[in-house]
Amino acid sequence: MAKRVGMEVSIAAAEAVKQANVDVISAYPITPQTHIVEHLSEIVANGEMDAEFFCVESEHSAMSICIGSEATGARSFTCTSAQGLALMAEMTYIASGLRLPILMIVANRTLSAPLSIWNDHSDVMMIRDCGWVQYFVENGQEVYDHVFISYRLGEDRKVLFPVIINMDGFVLSHVIEPIELIEQEKIDQFLPPYQPLHQLHPDKPITMGAFALPAIFAETKKAQEVALRGAMPKILEVWKAFGDMTGRYYHPVETYKAEDAETLLVTMGSIGETASVAVDQMREEGRSVGLVKIRLWRPFPFEALKQATLHAKNLVVIDRAVSVGGPGGPVASEVKAAIYGEPIRPSIYNFAAGISGRDVAPFDFIKMIDKAEIEIEEGNKEGFEIYGVRE
Amino acid sequence: MMENLNVFAVRTLTQKEYFAPGHRSCQGCAEALAVRLVCKALGRNIIIAAATGCMEIVSSPLPFTSWRVPWFHCAFENTAAVASGIEVGLKVLMRKGRIPQKKIVTVGMAGDGGTADIGLQALSGALERGHDFIYVCTDNEAYMNTGIQRSSSTPFGASTTTSPAGKTKMGQITWKKNMAAIAAAHNIPYVATACPSYPMDLIQKVKKAADIKGAAYLHILSVCPTGWRSAPDLSIKLGRLAVETGTFPLYEVEHGRYHLNIDFPKLKPIKEYMKLQGRFRHLTEEMIEEIQARINHDYEQLRERDKRGF
Repeated sequence: MAKRVGMEVSIAAAEAVKQANVDVISAYPITPQTHIVEHLSEIVANGEMDAEFFCVESEHSAMSICIGSEATGARSFTCTSAQGLALMAEMTYIASGLRLPILMIVANRTLSAPLSIWNDHSDVMMIRDCGWVQYFVENGQEVYDHVFISYRLGEDRKVLFPVIINMDGFVLSHVIEPIELIEQEKIDQFLPPYQPLHQLHPDKPITMGAFALPAIFAETKKAQEVALRGAMPKILEVWKAFGDMTGRYYHPVETYKAEDAETLLVTMGSIGETASVAVDQMREEGRSVGLVKIRLWRPFPFEALKQATLHAKNLVVIDRAVSVGGPGGPVASEVKAAIYGEPIRPSIYNFAAGISGRDVAPFDFIKMIDKAEIEIEEGNKEGFEIYGVRE
Repeated sequence: MMENLNVFAVRTLTQKEYFAPGHRSCQGCAEALAVRLVCKALGRNIIIAAATGCMEIVSSPLPFTSWRVPWFHCAFENTAAVASGIEVGLKVLMRKGRIPQKKIVTVGMAGDGGTADIGLQALSGALERGHDFIYVCTDNEAYMNTGIQRSSSTPFGASTTTSPAGKTKMGQITWKKNMAAIAAAHNIPYVATACPSYPMDLIQKVKKAADIKGAAYLHILSVCPTGWRSAPDLSIKLGRLAVETGTFPLYEVEHGRYHLNIDFPKLKPIKEYMKLQGRFRHLTEEMIEEIQARINHDYEQLRERDKRGF
């Protein structure tokens, strides 16, 4: 029987990296990611894990080491936040272009300026189009589980993409939660050692990272686009296999009391759990409200999202980042794009909430829904606002 | 004696080419020659991590490659970090028995821009961590790939497209960064300068670097006719003059001990070196004298270190 223990989510993430038999870990300290690397370095120093751990001189080098080691066929891991992610942004595009299945946990944090260490999604939205598979998890158990899921998916020869697990900084990274640890034998079965399709070795010399002239670049980009979109069946398959092993089944888009709801909240990340409390309260008051949670950010689950939302009258999309000077929040942009072609579609009201760690409590969701329903009623069907700003 | 050795010893080299002919470098590119010699010296059991730059562009236009050894290019500023990753990956995979035990030399290769400027941080990190690898900087003294812009390795007085000789400024106004000394300051076991005009010296240094456990840094002067505005058939001669004038002395720093490989009792005047290069054409006699004084001073300092040993 699986063991259920209370532990800090960052520690659980590090334990999962250990259980996934990662070969190379390379990282640079940045709040709120630090506890993961601290614990991993401890595990390696104590000989509990046979891996090479390098605390390097920058995030750019952390990702570069992972790229180098992954290219030799070693399972590689890094994690970062905000400014660190910004510094390694260049290499995130290269890792996916080279089809190297590195795993990175991003403890999501606000991008400066002003400097802030607290949580929102502005960091990862900066590299939204970097070509990695991207999950957003809701709680510690999901972080732990997705370490195994990510490697199994990324290393699949039909996929071969790096994977980001987005977990909200502090809100998840620094809280103690009950985590159900999986037995090592089960993990070894679920996640066999990495068998790279290509690896750097003198016995079979290959050139990796050649440059492309315009005559061939578009073809390489299309190959990447087709492959990332085409990863969807594998994503579902790996989640199914994981569910069969643990009883915890994951889906690209998940719903809560959404089937008959007139107004749907759409969230991504840890605020989904708080939002469900708000939905319960509003249901008790007899209001027709439900919740749609996006777990898979890339490849974006257009079909699943449509299925979950098209029946509703209003969508209240909660973003954790702002596309300054643009269309509002990035999640709302995607939701709008997903349903744009439908003849009958819900109105969308978009809030950016919890910017830089400002608390979003259940009553905030209720306020946002109240506001959105009034605005939509009054004809403002595509509104956007940053929630809770003192003016 | 060195001259005679160079005549017959070259014939003892392997005929095998790991950097294949047919690449697209300019005529008279001494960097291509340097890379070819490095590969010859190391043989097939290597993995190269290369920086963006001339060598990457001339050797890897998809779907072609000039590399008969595993070759990996990612970006410009992180060659030393990528090489670190390769070294670490090989080490852990061998330890875990997932690939057979075997000596594989990891080589990082970058130009002067990718080393002395944008790649300095990653290089410093890798040298400090002490990865077992060779870092080769092929120094052609400017950003030649993007069109001859100045780097911190461009010599004083040289005219480049971003340090042009104008009415008020006479080309590059800063002195060449001493990368070998910076590498040596990391207390790594082996640092050396080399030039493909002295092929046997270069090859011996590469082999030594491969044998030494830990990080080794090789700084190779690579004459660039396109950027230096020199005749392509003078590249070997210019490399020799660079050494003979004391502009680019050949030396090693082994565990902190300096050793001047070729010492000249009397250096040739740098004018002989400069007059063959269009990039110095605008220099006045006074400026050449100023440069000569600096080179004499630096060379004397190196001689002192050679005598002292540190």
